[in-house]
Amino acid sequence: MSVLVNKDSKIIVQGFTGGEGTFHAGQMIEYGTNVVGGVTPGKGGSEHLGKPVFNTVSEAVSATGADVSILFVPPAFAADAIMEAADAGIKVIVAITEGIPVADMTRVKAYIDARDTTLIGPNCPGVMTAGEAKVGIMPGFIFTPGRIGIVSKSGTLTYEAVDQVTKAGMGQSTAIGIGGDPIIGTTTLEAVKLLMADDDTDGIIMIGEIGGDLEIKAARWIQEHGTKPVVGFIAGVTAPKGRTMGHAGAIVSGEEESAEAKKRVMRECGIHVVDSPADIGAKMAEVLGVTA
Amino acid sequence: MNIHEYQGKSILKSFGVAIQEGRVADTPEAAHEAAVELAKETGTGWFVVKAQIHAGGRGKGTVTETGSHGVVLAKGLDEVKDKAAGILGGHLVTAQTNAKGKQVNKVLIAEDVYGPGDSEPKEIYMSVLLDRAKGCNIIMYSPQGGMDIEAVAEETPELIFKEEIDPTVGLQGFQARRIAFNLGLSGKAFKEMTKFVTALYNAYVGCDATMFEINPVLKTSDDRVIAVDSKVSLDGNALYRHADYAAMRDTTEEDPTEVEADEAGLNYVKLDGNVGCMVNGAGLAMATMDIIKLSGGEPANFLDVGGTADAARVEKAFRIILKDPAVKAILVNIFGGIVRCDRVAQGVVDAYRNMGDINVPIIVRLQGTNAQEAKALIDNSGLKVISAVLLKEAADAVAEVLA
Repeated sequence: MSVLVNKDSKIIVQGFTGGEGTFHAGQMIEYGTNVVGGVTPGKGGSEHLGKPVFNTVSEAVSATGADVSILFVPPAFAADAIMEAADAGIKVIVAITEGIPVADMTRVKAYIDARDTTLIGPNCPGVMTAGEAKVGIMPGFIFTPGRIGIVSKSGTLTYEAVDQVTKAGMGQSTAIGIGGDPIIGTTTLEAVKLLMADDDTDGIIMIGEIGGDLEIKAARWIQEHGTKPVVGFIAGVTAPKGRTMGHAGAIVSGEEESAEAKKRVMRECGIHVVDSPADIGAKMAEVLGVTA
Repeated sequence: MNIHEYQGKSILKSFGVAIQEGRVADTPEAAHEAAVELAKETGTGWFVVKAQIHAGGRGKGTVTETGSHGVVLAKGLDEVKDKAAGILGGHLVTAQTNAKGKQVNKVLIAEDVYGPGDSEPKEIYMSVLLDRAKGCNIIMYSPQGGMDIEAVAEETPELIFKEEIDPTVGLQGFQARRIAFNLGLSGKAFKEMTKFVTALYNAYVGCDATMFEINPVLKTSDDRVIAVDSKVSLDGNALYRHADYAAMRDTTEEDPTEVEADEAGLNYVKLDGNVGCMVNGAGLAMATMDIIKLSGGEPANFLDVGGTADAARVEKAFRIILKDPAVKAILVNIFGGIVRCDRVAQGVVDAYRNMGDINVPIIVRLQGTNAQEAKALIDNSGLKVISAVLLKEAADAVAEVLA
């Protein structure tokens, strides 16, 4: 089954004809993802990468039956674009854009929460179901269809985990990059819940970093309701307090937001925590009894 | 982005928030003139001379060169010049700076607002910030103002209140009233506080702030409510819609190497360790710092070269890392997705040849798109570069060069 996106998803690209949108939509199509069209206001009626372009998301939905949207829209216009997708009835909105003002995201979050839709990101690598749909910017060739689900705040660290899982003789069901901003649509816990309920996922890798309490909340839920093994890693043991480390959300504001504190709680909750990011794949193989 | 007290107050005032009036000066003479004008404008006879640096604890802090505190009272116009001279140009050391302190380039000459009157003045703490878990802004406040709020939270947590603001409708009247009631105010001061809080929240939203801390907010002896200090952080991602605030950035408050890196599009944070690193992606960069620690070193920096790690950027990153004399080795860790590893490898080789004087071992781990070509490129370059493909191999190589 996998989660969020699969081979039957009908995907549109917002910001389709821009530089980023063109490049990544091309990569998605090349991977075999079912991209049914795109949206660029003012360019409706034309064709791009062999797919129809629409002026609005609602037009795109009426014409194509799209249920998933991915956004490559500049930060100043991204909040508006997310709300447009939600208004048009898109069920899964993947916002890649980095650098959206926090105030915009608090409004977007309230808007999304009041509607029947799921936002992934912003500031994320996207969502990918191996062998079926690449709705994001991750390199497709490192994925192998399999039964490990991945939830991560970070882009390249997600790739690292995917690659290690493949090299350890396993493959991926769905990898969800939830994003590194202070306000995001789908939390670690919500992503973990999806994978826990997915029949095609046997084990979950949960990758977090300093700042906020998303991993703690997920860990507590896993302790109570978890039915599959979870391997965890938290980046930023060496990060100094009070400094933002690249991601806007990666800042230690209190003791409980540090990497050490998060890892301690995750271990207490039965998660297989690795100290080195080089051990993520091997630990999952060990827990599941897989030999490469 | 952090800004100075005087800049924060100017933003607050522009949104109708009542403030302690003041004028900024960068020489003792200008400080005297500022005081003369301020006296005309406000009628104040005493003046508060406040060092303008990006750090708290100024009042208790000490200027190394003169022994003056960072916030001093001048009891008359004739004292202002000397008091300002005791602060300007010196290095102010506070609980929030390092031992060297921060050089003071400007002072704020502010009116005295603690004069006697019909009622006792009262200091209040107030901040506005984002509650990440709830996805909304909160106003945090306490009747215990003027002191370290962390100490209040520890000793008397019942005296800290929080008001959550619904992002779709903003601060409501009943919330402003609740805040004023909880602070024990009545009569004119009560009304003044509801006006103050409302204006303060409008300012927070209007200027795209990520944090306001006003400590203290003062209820004066004549029942006005004013901001006596201001600590304001603005959302760097929203500066595109506030060109006037973007111009408030004071790069002398930042690490010069970090400023240089920022101009080159590199996200760099200086740390105190002995192994430099260069990585693509913030999460992987932090994870790489952790690997360095596990391998027996300490990270000398955080450095995210971003998604377009071309040869020029790689070279710039090397130059920035090597400015730090404590660096004994460099770990380059790139997971090529969109970025092609062979291009990064070429960047490493070019940088090495162009710079000519790199005397520390470099470990390069390139994984992902074209990783094998990249490894061959480095192995065949004849340079003193150790190449790795797996993260584990890179970690082992770091441990080896440090041993």
